[in-house]
Amino acid sequence: MLGRAANGVYWMARYLERAENTARLIDVGFHLALTSSSKDSQYDEWRSVLTTAGLIEGYEASHSDFSGAQVFNYILRDRDNPGSVLNMLEYARTNARVVRTSITNAVWEATNEGWMTLRDMLSRPVRETNLGEVLSAIRQTGQMVRGALDGTMLRNEVYNFARIGTFIERADNTARILDVKYYVLLPSTAWVGSNLDNQQWDTLLRSVAGNRAFSWLNAGSMDPREIARFLILDAQFPRSLVFCAENLQASLAGLAKEYGCETSAHELLRDSLTRLHQLDVDKIFEQGLHEFLQEFITATNAVGAVIAADYRFTE
Amino acid sequence: MSTTNAPKFDEMLNEDGTVRSAYADFRNWYDAQDKTWLRRQDGEAERFFRRIGITFNVYGEADAEERLIPFDMIPRIITAREWRKLTKGIEQRVRAINAFLQDLYHRQEIIRSGRLPIEALRNNEAFLSQMIGFTPPGGVYTHIVGIDLVRTGPDEFMVLEDNARTPSGVSYMLENRETMMAMFPELFTKIPVRPVSDYPRRLARSLRACAPAAYKGAGGKRPVVAVLTPGIYNSAYFEHAFLADQMGAELVEGSDLRVMDGRVAMRTTTGYKAIDVIYRRVDDDYLDPLTFNPDSVLGVAGIMDVYRSGGITIANAPGTGIADDKAIYSYMPEIVEFYTGEKPILDNVPTWRCSEADSLAYVLDNLKDLVVKEVHGSGGYGMLIGPTSSKKELAAFEEKLRARPANYIAQPTLSLSTVPIFTREGLAPRHVDLRPFVLVSPDGIDITPGGLTRVALKKGSLVVNSSQGGGTKDSWVLED
Repeated sequence: MLGRAANGVYWMARYLERAENTARLIDVGFHLALTSSSKDSQYDEWRSVLTTAGLIEGYEASHSDFSGAQVFNYILRDRDNPGSVLNMLEYARTNARVVRTSITNAVWEATNEGWMTLRDMLSRPVRETNLGEVLSAIRQTGQMVRGALDGTMLRNEVYNFARIGTFIERADNTARILDVKYYVLLPSTAWVGSNLDNQQWDTLLRSVAGNRAFSWLNAGSMDPREIARFLILDAQFPRSLVFCAENLQASLAGLAKEYGCETSAHELLRDSLTRLHQLDVDKIFEQGLHEFLQEFITATNAVGAVIAADYRFTE
Repeated sequence: MSTTNAPKFDEMLNEDGTVRSAYADFRNWYDAQDKTWLRRQDGEAERFFRRIGITFNVYGEADAEERLIPFDMIPRIITAREWRKLTKGIEQRVRAINAFLQDLYHRQEIIRSGRLPIEALRNNEAFLSQMIGFTPPGGVYTHIVGIDLVRTGPDEFMVLEDNARTPSGVSYMLENRETMMAMFPELFTKIPVRPVSDYPRRLARSLRACAPAAYKGAGGKRPVVAVLTPGIYNSAYFEHAFLADQMGAELVEGSDLRVMDGRVAMRTTTGYKAIDVIYRRVDDDYLDPLTFNPDSVLGVAGIMDVYRSGGITIANAPGTGIADDKAIYSYMPEIVEFYTGEKPILDNVPTWRCSEADSLAYVLDNLKDLVVKEVHGSGGYGMLIGPTSSKKELAAFEEKLRARPANYIAQPTLSLSTVPIFTREGLAPRHVDLRPFVLVSPDGIDITPGGLTRVALKKGSLVVNSSQGGGTKDSWVLED
């Protein structure tokens, strides 16, 4: 397989994953803003959404207030925002076109159809009344493509590079979401049990589509320690850091099997996964949640860069 | 021979309005269909094409990055008898083109014999001095040829143009058939139509049969074929990807390739891997910045050296453009006879070379009845269609002609045959041409039954180019 094609499949998957996660962030921001009492706290929520999505600087350069419609239109469709969902989907689709010969028709059509639908939906400003519809179309696109990958692709290098893209992006997203909100999970006697915390915790879980799963696992009770464990270490939860890292390792193992050899990426990932497996929640809090997350984000990016180099994504 | 007074030949209907035998079965089926349902299917076709991404890019239209070539769902039907004659004529012509290229780049017997003036080669950019004295692997110059045919009567097919560089459109031939079979499966159970779907396999086989000297075939390994595309912004990218996919070949760009150890190699995830045959969809000029256009980033630096030393097969060979040059076109009847010793089976469209004083005088006198084309132009740009041009346009063109007569050829406005298209008001005749696709290898010449029918969708229009508002149709060759 061409290095350029591996690069294309990888980024196709990453952008789709990022678009889906961004849609979820907006959804949560919107819910919170709806239930916020004051304008200030609404603005805070939207600012936090922008920060998590890594778009705050670009936004503040051209806007002075944080009203909901303005923020979500900026994230979804602003032409001056290179990180808009519309652009992500366009990058995903462009990459899919580049690798047309490596992916199945089903994968291409799912990507192309998703892009066509959203290009039309996002050609006009999004209003609060149709925001839900737009967000669900974005999530569906990612899910349709993953479904097509899962149901139609050979389990070969192409598939594995797509999976690697998906899980590097997802690991990065979950870690970022946690990092922006890490303070709500810090043990602080004054806050325990208050309504504010409950809502913040719920928001955090919703941002990674984990609220239902968490409630089910914990019979409805919430505590920050358990939430942190769930989002970082629960190998059953498909957006936890451990889950992402384990799947990343499985895909890299698939490449090693197909190519008959490992690369430095395997070693790097093995090291960080070993570290992750040796951790428990107490150790993480001891080390400092923020520090842990920063380290994780850096390590994940390093793995991505090494994979790109080892498999000759570019010259 | 202008459009206004010449009798028109309609491929479906006789002059008395009865249906010709080629279309009899189809017409029976069509007449029995509910027209509301057909209109709905017509809309479906467009959605289908968009979803699978069959689009082409039009240069110079920024906001129309990907446009669809309109598809008309009424098939163009050719009988087995008509096809047999066409096949013979095309084969003869393609054989002559390859012999002509071999000769031009070696002894130039045709010029020595006085059948072709040396002027036709002089200052002709399509003639590549780098190819002089070199014979491509297998002796094949034009691995893929598209012969554009027009029809003016029951038995009158003429060659309008030979495409010997990188003819495009074959993916439309294939997808149009797929679409028709998906929309109207029962038609194909009723009418015996010869299949086209094995074209990519035939192409792959044909390309592999031209492996270079460096290909050793150790361990029964098949030659490695790659399709070289300028990239996703090229107007024919869809086709490049489509063919690579169907052939199981890698789709490569210049940035994936480099010359290593006397071979052209592509950058894979596990290192560089040598390519044996490259089906390139970039022009000669962009192929090798060391030999041709130094600014090109679409090609591979040094590929021409590898080529000349037997390290790779380039399809089509560089320099084949000289055979489809419009100035050379007018000599094709002589060329066919010179190399095959036979009379041409397919006629040329009568052509005046404006470089010749007598012809120029005639062309200037009859400009309003003629079609004038630029010798090096393609795609319907820079041409004049006399009968549909205003006085002002005619006058402006006359000036261009006088300034650079050798830059133009002229042809009569042919009364092109018509084939029905589907409109809201029912069937309506429109002008068409036909591009069959021809594969050449040391094993022989292989013509896929059918080809690409292009249709001028505007009433009365004679311009079928997709860049100028033309559409396409599925083209059927009936079984015997």
